[in-house]
Amino acid sequence: MSATLSPSRYRNNPDAVRALVEPDRVHRDLYISQELFELEQDHFFSNTWNYVGHDSQVPNPGDYFTYDIAGRPLVVVRDQDGTVKVLMNRCAHKGARVVSAPSGNTGRFFRCPYHAWTFRTDGSLLNTPLREEYANTAFASSGNARGMVPVRHVENYRGFLFVRLSDAGEGFREYFGDSLSSIDNMADRSPEGKLEIAGGCLRFMHDCNWKMYVENLNDAMHPMVVHESSAGTARRLWMDQPKDAVKPMAVEQFVPFVSEYKFFQDMGVRVYDNGHSFSGVNFSIHSAYSPVPGYDDAMRAAYGEERARSILSTVRHNTVYYPNLTIKGAIQSIRVARPIAANKTLIESWTFRLKGAPPQLLARTCMYTRLINSPFSVVGHDDLYAYRAIQRGLQADGNDWVSLHRDYDPGEVGQKEVTAVGTSEISMRNQYRAWLKYMTLTM
Amino acid sequence: MTPEQVTREHLVEFVYHEARLLNRKHHDAWNALFTDDGYYWVPLVPDQDDPVNHTSHLYEDKLLREIRVERLKSPRAFSQMPPVRSHHLLQAPHVETFDAAANRFVTRTEFHYTESHGDEINMFVGTVFHHLTVRDGALQMTLKRVDLINPDAALPAVQLFI
Repeated sequence: MSATLSPSRYRNNPDAVRALVEPDRVHRDLYISQELFELEQDHFFSNTWNYVGHDSQVPNPGDYFTYDIAGRPLVVVRDQDGTVKVLMNRCAHKGARVVSAPSGNTGRFFRCPYHAWTFRTDGSLLNTPLREEYANTAFASSGNARGMVPVRHVENYRGFLFVRLSDAGEGFREYFGDSLSSIDNMADRSPEGKLEIAGGCLRFMHDCNWKMYVENLNDAMHPMVVHESSAGTARRLWMDQPKDAVKPMAVEQFVPFVSEYKFFQDMGVRVYDNGHSFSGVNFSIHSAYSPVPGYDDAMRAAYGEERARSILSTVRHNTVYYPNLTIKGAIQSIRVARPIAANKTLIESWTFRLKGAPPQLLARTCMYTRLINSPFSVVGHDDLYAYRAIQRGLQADGNDWVSLHRDYDPGEVGQKEVTAVGTSEISMRNQYRAWLKYMTLTM
Repeated sequence: MTPEQVTREHLVEFVYHEARLLNRKHHDAWNALFTDDGYYWVPLVPDQDDPVNHTSHLYEDKLLREIRVERLKSPRAFSQMPPVRSHHLLQAPHVETFDAAANRFVTRTEFHYTESHGDEINMFVGTVFHHLTVRDGALQMTLKRVDLINPDAALPAVQLFI
């Protein structure tokens, strides 16, 4: 949909945007309007805190990786002073993207491939060829002389790197609040309290809006329906096995997806201000995994009996760090939504090693992520089918609204934290209240 | 058949036969081409050497392949509406290892693999390695390894068997 062909309905019209979100339902344009997608890039994704990567991806000075937030190309780099900097990936000269590789080590400086301008790893201009030719110009006092523009709002929370591109919006702690307890729990599951990216990155292109994916992670009403053919088949094949057979790890990981509604109701969901949520307040699909030999002992040795038990008995399902990061602390995997267009989203799945823990934990994590998050995953295929069906179905006329009424209580609006029955749609309502807030904040 | 009776032609014919079974959706017969401890592997990065402590697209034993095959028979395999079709275009296999004494044979085959789903079509390109052995009187796969040229790229859903 080109802007020249369709009239501008939402640009410069915050009231029209406000009318899209009601307390218990949202307008279909949230998912299908390319104009709203572009406004999200300008406003929503600039005003919110977005995850860009983990600091263990850049262990040494000069290590970098590239990433886009809100359509802006960024480079995340370990500066010579040991801190992580996030720079706009744009040469200060004519605007060429300075770094194009997904990751690497640049040494002490970046060098633009066009005219060989060089920049220190904090972004400042190091040199340009034939510098004397700038002597009698306004160059030295121009913005171009300052180098690659650093992102001002960067937070490193236990290795998780977040940025906020806009000067508007809330501070990091205020924005995420107590939802950070899920990152704490994942990191605390390391006897050393430290996570390290390991095992590679699965990159699965989804032809749907990013919101369908993010909503789905705490949608406890879909697994037993959508995953009947995959997890249900795993359960059926397992039931044919002899009673004394050793339960394979893959079966442990698949089968809970087709638990009954009551299981998901009792799991519970908790939402926090600004769109964050997690399901699995009481237990989750990850609760019944077999123990890994040596792990509990390592945890008790590191933390003591009581604290170790407290960490390991917190077994949350998905935590959504709204808008672009979702984590599974109990299995040490994360998924990052990278919106590309109104109907296109790249999902990247990463895994972590728990430092100081037995290596079987990484093997378990890698198995989980390939069973669930790979473009070859039979679980993922049926989820994607549902998202595609929504993307197409919402083009139909006669009903502009998507229902989020399940378990709605007017008292939930404006609360900092609410815990509800696991099958509630409160996590989605909570997401759209935050969507509206950050979408219109700078309009 | 014993390992000593295996010829290069047997190996090449095995590779073609395996692709034909997949293209005709004879998935049960295809799964029976593996040894009981055989694996079907699609690595996530070029030259990946560890399927366990590094993520793969697929690393499937007999049970996981059975789940995949049985799922395709389910009327609630929603992503198979309409059913996906697949096609393997193979270059002549090259025999890389021919060791009858060790009962170990490896072929290398360049391929173009295509999946069609309704009006959509996706193509995947790479090299497949068949690790073969004679068991119960027939050639069987101990490992089928599929190396895509772009395993680390953003990929669409790949629904059948490369």
